Amino acid sequence: MAVDVARALAQPIDPVVALVERGRLRAFARAIGDTDPVHSDVEAARAAGHPDVLVPPTFFFSLELEADAPLGWLTDLGVDLRGVLHGEQSFTYHRDVHAGDTIECRRRVSDAYAKSPTRDFLVKHTDFLRDGDLVAEADAVVIVNAL
Amino acid sequence: MSARIAVGTALPPLVLPPISRTTLALFAGASGDTNPIHVDLDVARSAGLDDVFAHGMLSMAYLGRLLTGWAPGGRLRSWRVRFTAITPVLSSPRCEGVVTAVDDGVATVEVSVRLEDGTTTLRGTALVDLT
Repeated sequence: MAVDVARALAQPIDPVVALVERGRLRAFARAIGDTDPVHSDVEAARAAGHPDVLVPPTFFFSLELEADAPLGWLTDLGVDLRGVLHGEQSFTYHRDVHAGDTIECRRRVSDAYAKSPTRDFLVKHTDFLRDGDLVAEADAVVIVNAL
Repeated sequence: MSARIAVGTALPPLVLPPISRTTLALFAGASGDTNPIHVDLDVARSAGLDDVFAHGMLSMAYLGRLLTGWAPGGRLRSWRVRFTAITPVLSSPRCEGVVTAVDDGVATVEVSVRLEDGTTTLRGTALVDLT
């Protein structure tokens, strides 16, 4: 295995703190063609009972990308990013998140294993917290091919 | 609402127009996934590819639209997808879902994204609370 498993599991990943911005949500909705106004318009969101524009399901992935070097946790392990593929992604939701919320993304490598001498799998788990309360979780399976 | 949803219920498919380079650029900026392999032809070619390809998370976002647009009032509790093939630029994804179980008001929905040529690019499972 090219990746040092013990190091991957032990290495802390810097947390990310991100403010959810209305304008960013609007741009995201436009980019994916989302016409549900609760994801882009504050009045529509409030009319639907939300305090502000509602975060859509995959936007949590984008909150983590607010990090200065979003893939630094991989390059710190010596991974060549040209050989990296996104294998799986999952989300679990506990609370709605809205524009104006500040979300802390706590990340760690939760699992690492080799599928072949030239292919490793890393699992990154993220807890998303608002004022210390868990609002969502995500797991990303990253496939690392040796080049 | 949940009375109309049962095993075998198909979600109305979401068929996207061809993914343009402009869409990839807008998604790169809005999502924060700025990997140049999705927007810069020179970088794609340097990696041995013929052209750029779409972000996997763009297709998952389309699936998110399929799920949040279905069963108003329903809540997406959790979901997992596997990325099984890349999505070339200018292809038209088709998002589909079918209910495979309903337990205590929670529907299990098998979701997938396919391209015009039949290639499955994403496959996964979602739990939607209908109560």
